[in-house]
Amino acid sequence: MSQKEPLFSAKNLKLFTEPFNNGNPVTVLVLGICSALAVTVKLQPAIVMGLSVTIVTGFSSFIISLMRNTIPNRIRIIVQLVVVAALVILVDQVLKAYAYEVSKQLSVFVGLIITNCIIMGRIEAFALGNKPFPSLVDGLGNGAAYGMILVIVAFFRELLGSGTLLGFQIIPESWYIKNGGFYENNGLMILPPMALIVLGIIIWVQRSFNKSLVEK
Amino acid sequence: MKALRRYLDKIKPTFSKGGKLGMFHSTFDAFESFMFVPNTVTHKGSHIRDGIDLKRTMSVVVLALMPALLFGMWNTGYQHFMSMGLTEQVSFWQTFWFGFWKVLPIVIVSYVVGLGIEFAFAQSRGHEVNEGFLVTGMLIPLIMPVDVPLWIVALATAFAVIIGKEVFGGTGMNVWNPALLARAFVFFAYPSHISGDKVWIASMIKGEGIIDGFSGATPLAIAANGTGETGANMTVEALQQQMPSVYDMFMGFIPGSIGETSKLAILLGAAILLITGIGSWRIMLATVVGGLGMGYLCNFLAVNPYMELPAYYHLLMGGFAFGAVFMATDPVSASQTNTGKWIYGLLLGIMIVIIRIFNPAYPEGVMLAILLMNTFAPLIDYYVVGANINRRLKRTKVQA
Repeated sequence: MSQKEPLFSAKNLKLFTEPFNNGNPVTVLVLGICSALAVTVKLQPAIVMGLSVTIVTGFSSFIISLMRNTIPNRIRIIVQLVVVAALVILVDQVLKAYAYEVSKQLSVFVGLIITNCIIMGRIEAFALGNKPFPSLVDGLGNGAAYGMILVIVAFFRELLGSGTLLGFQIIPESWYIKNGGFYENNGLMILPPMALIVLGIIIWVQRSFNKSLVEK
Repeated sequence: MKALRRYLDKIKPTFSKGGKLGMFHSTFDAFESFMFVPNTVTHKGSHIRDGIDLKRTMSVVVLALMPALLFGMWNTGYQHFMSMGLTEQVSFWQTFWFGFWKVLPIVIVSYVVGLGIEFAFAQSRGHEVNEGFLVTGMLIPLIMPVDVPLWIVALATAFAVIIGKEVFGGTGMNVWNPALLARAFVFFAYPSHISGDKVWIASMIKGEGIIDGFSGATPLAIAANGTGETGANMTVEALQQQMPSVYDMFMGFIPGSIGETSKLAILLGAAILLITGIGSWRIMLATVVGGLGMGYLCNFLAVNPYMELPAYYHLLMGGFAFGAVFMATDPVSASQTNTGKWIYGLLLGIMIVIIRIFNPAYPEGVMLAILLMNTFAPLIDYYVVGANINRRLKRTKVQA
């Protein structure tokens, strides 16, 4: 019988911090790209999406980890899907009840959280072989790291594409050409390709700081 | 010349490895090889080195662009004074200088931003500075509307050089033509500055003294009237009436991007490229054949006046000629094999006419068609090379 580990040991903390750095699900593992393109036009939907995914990843990992010794190996994907789907429906209903406007903006992408590769990836790679608490921490960390990238992309896209942040005007109205200034919003930022380019630049910046990520 | 050479030789050690300013090695090298043919010799194997290296090639292309640039400057002034109804009162030189001072800042901004980024990347990566931007920097102003704000030119140039070229590894590695990428950036990011009737003529967007009945619409914009509901009750003759005459379109007395209007100036440039063997005649010819062929096919199947327009109109409107001569022949982003060049050019001509006629959202199809074909160029080459290998394999089997 091994010694009981403290709840917030260095190992468990590392599970949470690793996704923000060398194990980032979006910029290093390149998972969950589709939704990163779709919901990052504005900051608010991106934050809500990040939170939703964090909750789903965390709790699905936790629940699967609780059941990991009873799930027959051959039908494990079905069981995982049932758990994830149930959580996604819960999140969707909560959003509809308390944040109707945002949930309308996110439209199908809340439902599509179920197909987000990060969730299944964490369950398969971690939760099936680890205890519930580390699984919860790992899931929350990965979801939050995904949310972080979403927020960074959405920050630049909303600021440069609409001149606002969270709906508040940041770039002074008097700068715009229609008010006699020189500035104009960048229409390309609103289009999906620019999300991909911004994401690429984030990956570029991360790799120039962290050479160990560069493939030979 | 001798004095310059001696001076360069004198300061060379300072910039070489271990010298005081060794870190600026690539900058020094760029200037030295710009002024003198480098004295590098191949040491191994038998190679023939031509005196025409990349820098000399680029210089010829820039030279070939000069007629279009000079005419563009004059035409900028001409269109401006025409919109004000003053063409009778101003002299040739007044017209030219007006355009000169409008166009020159765009050229300067494009070169300063682009070369600045090129030098910075070359320094930080320890490479030599690549010459590729010499042509791109001249092409970017020529395909912009004259009234485009300078900060947009700077942003578009930076985007094209960083995302279009440096990310892929610099000159010779880019998938798309960087100049067109800059234009595509402006087109999607700031559509109000590069579409519509008012942006093609200097100061018209500010509403400066426009005489009655002057619209500023480009031939393509007028031709686009020949589709949809307005086109339904119109004959092709009525449409041709609205458009400038064939002579005007050929000579370039029409509104449009700075360098694209005069087909005569572009033909001069094409002659320079073809005589020196720098531009590919296969691509130019194939593009024209593809465009004409698709134009005739549209005549044959015509359901609206735009489709009935004589096929050669497509060569005279918009940037077809400029694109076919200077953009499609870009040796980096076009097909490399000879058969591939024919396929690339033909499809390009066909795509241009298709986008123009069948897509009301984009009156001009040249930019998007070339970018699309650039994307497919490696695929075309791949299959051409594959087919060649298969053909030769078959031949050896018969003999065996």
